[in-house]
Amino acid sequence: MNMRELIMNEPAMICLTVGSYLFGVWIRKKSGLSLLHPFLICIPVIVSILYAMDIPCDFYMESNAMVEFMLGPSVVSLGLLLYEHANTIKKYFISIMVSVLTGSIVGIGSVFLLCRYFNLDDLFVKSMMPKSVTTPIAMDLSSMMGGNVSLTAVTVVLCGFIGAVFGPLFIRLFHIAAPVSRGLALGCSAHGLGTAKAIETGAVEGAASGLAIALMGIMTALVMPLMRTLFGI
Amino acid sequence: MVIRGFFFILMFLVLGNICSTLSGHFIPGSVIGMILFYLALQFKLIKAESVKAAADFLTGNMTVFFIPASIGIMKQWNMIGSHLIAWLAVTFISTVMVLLSAGLAHDGIVRLGQLVKNKEKK
Repeated sequence: MNMRELIMNEPAMICLTVGSYLFGVWIRKKSGLSLLHPFLICIPVIVSILYAMDIPCDFYMESNAMVEFMLGPSVVSLGLLLYEHANTIKKYFISIMVSVLTGSIVGIGSVFLLCRYFNLDDLFVKSMMPKSVTTPIAMDLSSMMGGNVSLTAVTVVLCGFIGAVFGPLFIRLFHIAAPVSRGLALGCSAHGLGTAKAIETGAVEGAASGLAIALMGIMTALVMPLMRTLFGI
Repeated sequence: MVIRGFFFILMFLVLGNICSTLSGHFIPGSVIGMILFYLALQFKLIKAESVKAAADFLTGNMTVFFIPASIGIMKQWNMIGSHLIAWLAVTFISTVMVLLSAGLAHDGIVRLGQLVKNKEKK
């Protein structure tokens, strides 16, 4: 009996997922770098362990079906977030909706045009179109379009990382002044990671940004099928 | 009871999936479920306190839930690797464009609103 046989089972694989995530959280806390997202640490950790133990990637993914299942319920739970911010929505209803709509159209449209410009094929277009939306929704949208779900997940995280790192710089550069505008900008472009950054800036920014995550998901889900027909993908 | 909150959330996911199937998968079931869940809370069909613990657990640990699918990137590494620069460039430019368009659109409307208000005062 060797080591590999002992860990080639479902509980061990789920343990690997959760354990490496917690390891990522621990590293971020120790390093004091708020931008060092646990995801960026745990993915290389899992990949190298699978590689070292010679465990097939498919086996790992199948064993983690239960963990992945939680994505659907986690999207539904965002409804509570909408409920908790209902007052903010009512107060700024039109401006928030227009802003989120603009963000989702620009997000989807720019991916299409930029992919054409950089000669990326349709699989990239389909997988990257929902990239400004929180990961579980983006994955659902991507699989509906026939995109590659893994590519979508990684792109979404990269997107959040870019938004959180460079967002504050561009906000200053372009003089985006109102706190709600700043929150929406971060939430629309960089979902959860952007919101974490927005919360550091202020409570209003954080609330607007959290709101943008849910609204951007809804808006993109509505806009994407239309844009898809428009572009003929 | 956390399990009761979890049950409500699952129920709305099921409802969302049914709506999604009936509408020809135009919108993912999870998104419809989110909207229905919000409406149920707003119209006091469900108490927020009864779902808070379960919902906070789910939204707070989203990252864990999408780790398994992300590992699938191992299999597609060749595809991304050969387009690495283009992929990074598209993501970067598009992200900044979304950030600016959403922020400036909201700022613009807020300023427009103030302008209208000032005129009314005069």
